[in-house]
Amino acid sequence: MKKNTHPLISFTPETHQHAVDGGLAAIQGMVRACMQCGTCTASCPNAFAMDLAPRQMWRLLLFGLQQEVLESRTFWLCSSCYSCTLRCPRGLPLTAAMAALKRLAGAEGDHANRKKALFYQEFMRNVEQNGRVQEMGFMCHYFLAMRDPLLPLEYTPLGLKLLGKGKLHLGGSAQRGRLGPLFAKVRSMEGAS
Amino acid sequence: MRYAYYPGCSLEASAEEYDISTRRVLNRLGVELSEIADWTCCGASAVEPVSRLLTLALPARNLALAERDAAGLDMLVPCSACYLNHLRVSRECAADRTLPGRINEALGAEGLSYAGKIRVRHLLDVLAKDIGPEAVAAQVSHRLEGLVVAPYYGCQALRPFALFDDPEHPRSMDALISALGATVLGWDMGGRCCGASLMATRRDVALVSVAAILEAAAGADVIVTVCPMCQMNLEAYQSQAHHANTISVLYLPQLLGLAFGLSDGQTLLDKNLAVTDALKSKLRACEAARI
Ligand code: SF4
Ligand code: SF4
Repeated sequence: MKKNTHPLISFTPETHQHAVDGGLAAIQGMVRACMQCGTCTASCPNAFAMDLAPRQMWRLLLFGLQQEVLESRTFWLCSSCYSCTLRCPRGLPLTAAMAALKRLAGAEGDHANRKKALFYQEFMRNVEQNGRVQEMGFMCHYFLAMRDPLLPLEYTPLGLKLLGKGKLHLGGSAQRGRLGPLFAKVRSMEGAS
Repeated sequence: MRYAYYPGCSLEASAEEYDISTRRVLNRLGVELSEIADWTCCGASAVEPVSRLLTLALPARNLALAERDAAGLDMLVPCSACYLNHLRVSRECAADRTLPGRINEALGAEGLSYAGKIRVRHLLDVLAKDIGPEAVAAQVSHRLEGLVVAPYYGCQALRPFALFDDPEHPRSMDALISALGATVLGWDMGGRCCGASLMATRRDVALVSVAAILEAAAGADVIVTVCPMCQMNLEAYQSQAHHANTISVLYLPQLLGLAFGLSDGQTLLDKNLAVTDALKSKLRACEAARI
């Protein structure tokens, strides 16, 4: 099969971005031994909501059809339950491949893909700044980043419940900045690799 | 028995009842915890979609701290996502010999290094295997006679690494629940995904899983969990999942604590989002039966 090698593209020079490791070729390598048995699809609790069944998506991926794969919502619907990874008769790291596709889509995908990646990126930005994630701060930044005025409303019932339980607080700041050096180092290593 | 303790971010905030009940119950069972000083977030389920190296380096930082400050101790983790993140560092290092060098290069930014010696253990693993049901039964002062409990394991304590339970048909909670005098609900949804972070990104999809789990647990008085994400998904969205009759959801150590005679206050029962009056009166009945 033709090897599809893509240059390393890092999305924007914004400091919190991470480079993609190996692109499509690396993910193809993870599922190369797929024999199309469909056990992954049958095991997936979220397959009902996917446009491509996991088995079909691995096929398109191995054909090198990056655009078709990145246009699919399948990998965004992976909730990391590891059922497919556990059961795949070829022992393929399928959950890790789903996560790698999220990374690829966040870096090389279209606007819609990048927007979906924001949830994870905002979370990690919060971790980088605070050392321990601040649930409240993260949600506020996420709402701002999504620029969707209706989104906070979706979270209001839960927010009120947590508020009533004294669970919505900004948390300690003892570890703030603690992870700065590690994040910076990882970023420089990823840029260099 | 002593463990290095990694509570994780949720247990400092929305899951503080998990943290407090874990500490109190382990204390009663004669277990000592030394919390890793300066621990930081492991990246939860958000890091892998962002950076592969960070996915390993963030938990490796905590492992390095524990190896340095609590040498020889296993690391005990109550959150299943944190557990898997820390556990897989050694697994991936064994599979790819270039990884330890890369991880340590990253940790060098802080003068830390990870040797790969420390063992990572889930709270449930420690309760079921190191402590065991007999030692648990010995602490029970309020037998939970007549209480039907649905053991919910979720995903990442069981999969992909099946270290202490059967990942398809988990049973490790059964003997612990029986040791409290309670009855285990026979069901096959204990290892079914709760939707995890899809609850934030695709709530409609996650709610389908939550509804299926709640429906299957209808015969139980209470669901017990061993992960803050599972707990939140099962307790906070019951009405959105169109589940008519609220079902109580507790953390496993809260249930142990109640059977050990800890008060509602000591187990922080008022922090849970789904505790029904029916459950409370059943617990009162268990208390009264003691005298
Ligand atoms: S279970 Fe494994 S071998 Fe079977 S279709 Fe899925 S990825 Fe391919
Ligand atoms: S790990 Fe992801 S893709 Fe695999 S079965 Fe679970 S949700 Fe589906």
